[in-house]
Amino acid sequence: MIKLFSLKQQKKDGEASPKTANQKKASAAQLRIAKDINELNLPKTCTTEFPDPDDLLNFKLIICPDEGFYRTGRFVFSFKVGPNYPHEPPKVKCETQVYHPNIDQQGNVCLNILREDWKPVLTINSIVYGLQYLFLEPNPEDPLNKEAADVLTTNRRLFEQNVQKAMRGGFVGGTYFDRCLK
Amino acid sequence: MSEKLETLSNRWNNLRKILERPGPFSHPDFEPSLEIINFLMNTCKILVIGAGGLGCELLKDLALMGFRDIHVIDMDTIEISNLNRQFLFRHKDIGFPKAEVAAKFVNSRVKGCQVTAYFKKIQDFDANFYRQFHIIVCGLDSIVARRWINGMLISMLNYNDDVLDQSSIIPLIDGGTEGFKGNARVILPGMTACVECTLDLYPPQVTYPLCTIANTPRLPEHCIEYVKVVQWPKENPWGTALDGDDPHHINWVHEKSLERAQQFNITGVTYRLVQGVVKNIIPAVASTNAVIAAICATEVFKLATSCYVPLNNFLVFNDVDGIYTYTYESEKKENCLACSQIPQTVVIKDPEEAKLKDLIQILQEDSRYQMRSPGLITTIDGKNRTLYISSIKSIEERTRENLNKTLSELGLKEGCEVAVSDITSPNTVIIRLHFQTTDVEMKKLIN
Ligand SMILES: [Zn+2]
Repeated sequence: MIKLFSLKQQKKDGEASPKTANQKKASAAQLRIAKDINELNLPKTCTTEFPDPDDLLNFKLIICPDEGFYRTGRFVFSFKVGPNYPHEPPKVKCETQVYHPNIDQQGNVCLNILREDWKPVLTINSIVYGLQYLFLEPNPEDPLNKEAADVLTTNRRLFEQNVQKAMRGGFVGGTYFDRCLK
Repeated sequence: MSEKLETLSNRWNNLRKILERPGPFSHPDFEPSLEIINFLMNTCKILVIGAGGLGCELLKDLALMGFRDIHVIDMDTIEISNLNRQFLFRHKDIGFPKAEVAAKFVNSRVKGCQVTAYFKKIQDFDANFYRQFHIIVCGLDSIVARRWINGMLISMLNYNDDVLDQSSIIPLIDGGTEGFKGNARVILPGMTACVECTLDLYPPQVTYPLCTIANTPRLPEHCIEYVKVVQWPKENPWGTALDGDDPHHINWVHEKSLERAQQFNITGVTYRLVQGVVKNIIPAVASTNAVIAAICATEVFKLATSCYVPLNNFLVFNDVDGIYTYTYESEKKENCLACSQIPQTVVIKDPEEAKLKDLIQILQEDSRYQMRSPGLITTIDGKNRTLYISSIKSIEERTRENLNKTLSELGLKEGCEVAVSDITSPNTVIIRLHFQTTDVEMKKLIN
C-alpha cells in the first residue's frame, strides 16, 4: 500500500500541470458507443443513418425485412443513447407506424433487452438483431397492440392481410397507417 | 501557552493519541509525529460531493475529526422531505441550496472549520478545480455523477513512460446507500478498481416489461410506469419532458395512474409512490447513512494521515435483518473503459504535413497497434468530433474528406487525445498526439 501523502504533505493550489492539455475527455459512454458503432455488423436488411456524424449517441436504424409478414416494408427506429450507457439501455422508438403486436401507435417497442433484460455486455448490435427478429417472428404472447396480437393468434391469414393493408397505407380497424413500402 | 492553543490540544486529545504515538494496529510505515495533525488541520483539503443524506453526515464527521478545509458541491435545494435525516437543515431552510446551508451550519457550529460551498453541478468544474484537493469523498445517489467524477480523476493522472506518477492520484472515497443497504469503497484512480471496473455492481434501475404494464398490470407501480412511459409522451400535457421535481407533473401522473389502477382493480397508488417511481427514489434510512458516512470519513482520515491501512477496497453493509458487513477486494478490470486507458503517445513529425490518413496508416502498420479499420473520435473545443469511421456508410461518406486534411486543419493540437476503436482491441484505445515540431519550437524559445 502506498503512503499517498508522504511525498506531498504540502499545499495544493490547483496549479495547472503542464502535462495535460485541458481537453474535454470523451465520457465512458462515448468510448463505449464508439466501439459499438465501429463494430456494427448489420444484417443486409438493416442500415443506419447518423443525422450528425459527430453525434454517435443519436441515430436511426432502418429495417427492410426480406422475409416474413413485413417483407417489402421499410421501418425506421430512432436510437437515443444516454450518458449512462451501457449501464442503461438506449431509448429506442419505432418512428414508422406499424401494425405489429409488439409495437404500439406511439412507437413503443416491447423487446425484453430494451428494458428488463438489458445488460451492459449487450451492444447496439444485439438490439438490431432483436428488432429484426421482431419482424420475422411477431410475438402475440406479450402484446402491446392487443388487437393485432389477437388476430395473429386466431387468424394468420387475416393478420397477413392487415399487415399488407397497413403497409400500403390505410385503415386497419379504426387506426390509420401511413404507407411504408420501400 | 495561549488559551487558544490549550483548548486546541485538549479538544484534539483523542486525535493526538492516534497520531503522535505508534500502536499495534498502525500502518507498518506509520511514523507518528506532530506534523500529521498539523497537515490534517492546516493543509489537507477535502472535497465532499453531495450535501444530502450522506453529505450532511460526512460534513459533520469530517469537521469533528479535525479537517478544517472542506469544500462541498451540491446542485439541489432543500425540500421538506429531506428534514428527517439531513440534519444540517431546518424548516426555514426549505428552498435554499443544500451546499450553502450545510456549510453555514458546520462553520457556525464547529470552531475553526471552514466549509466552502458550491451550489453547482460537478460537471461545472474542470480538472484545475479538482486538482486542488487531496481527497475527494462522494455521497451521491446518481450513477451518472459517480461515473463522471471517476472519469475526471482518471483523466487527471500523469504517466511518465507508462509509469503512473503517484503524486497525480487523488483518492476517491465513495459511499452509497439504498434503504437498509449501503456500501463504501476506496478508489485509488489508476491503481485500484474504479467505478467503471465494477459497473455491474450497481443495480440497474427497476424496470417492468412493457407488455405487462400495457396489458396485464398487477402492481400500482405498473400503473404509474404506464402513465410515465406511454401516456405522458402520447398526451404530453405541458409539451415538455416529464420532470419529477415539478409538482404539476407529479399530480398529473398521480391522477392518471389512479384512473388506470381503478380500471384494473389495483390499489396502492399514492402521491409518494408516484414520486418514487417517477424519480426512481428508494426510501432513505438515516441510520444507514450514518454508518456509511462514518466508514467513509474514517477512510478519509486513514488516507490523510497514513496511520492505518485503508479499506481494501469495497465494503458492503446491510442491516435489513441483523447487521452484516463484508469487505472484499474488488478487482481492477484489465479492459476497463476508464482506468485501463493509459494514453499511448503517437509521435507525428509535423501536423501541418501529416494527414488523417497518415495517422490511420500508423495505427494499421505500427507493430504496437496493427489495427484493421480503426474508427477515430475526439473532442475539439469541448465538442465531440467523429474524425473517421469506415464501417458505417453514412458516417464514412461524411467523414471521408477528413482523410486528406492535415491534423492541424482538423484542429488537433499538441497533446490532444483521440479515441480509437477497432475490432482488434476489446476496448476503445486512447492515443495522445505528440508533434515533433512543438519540440523544435520549444528549443527555439530556449535558445
Ligand atoms: Zn476501471
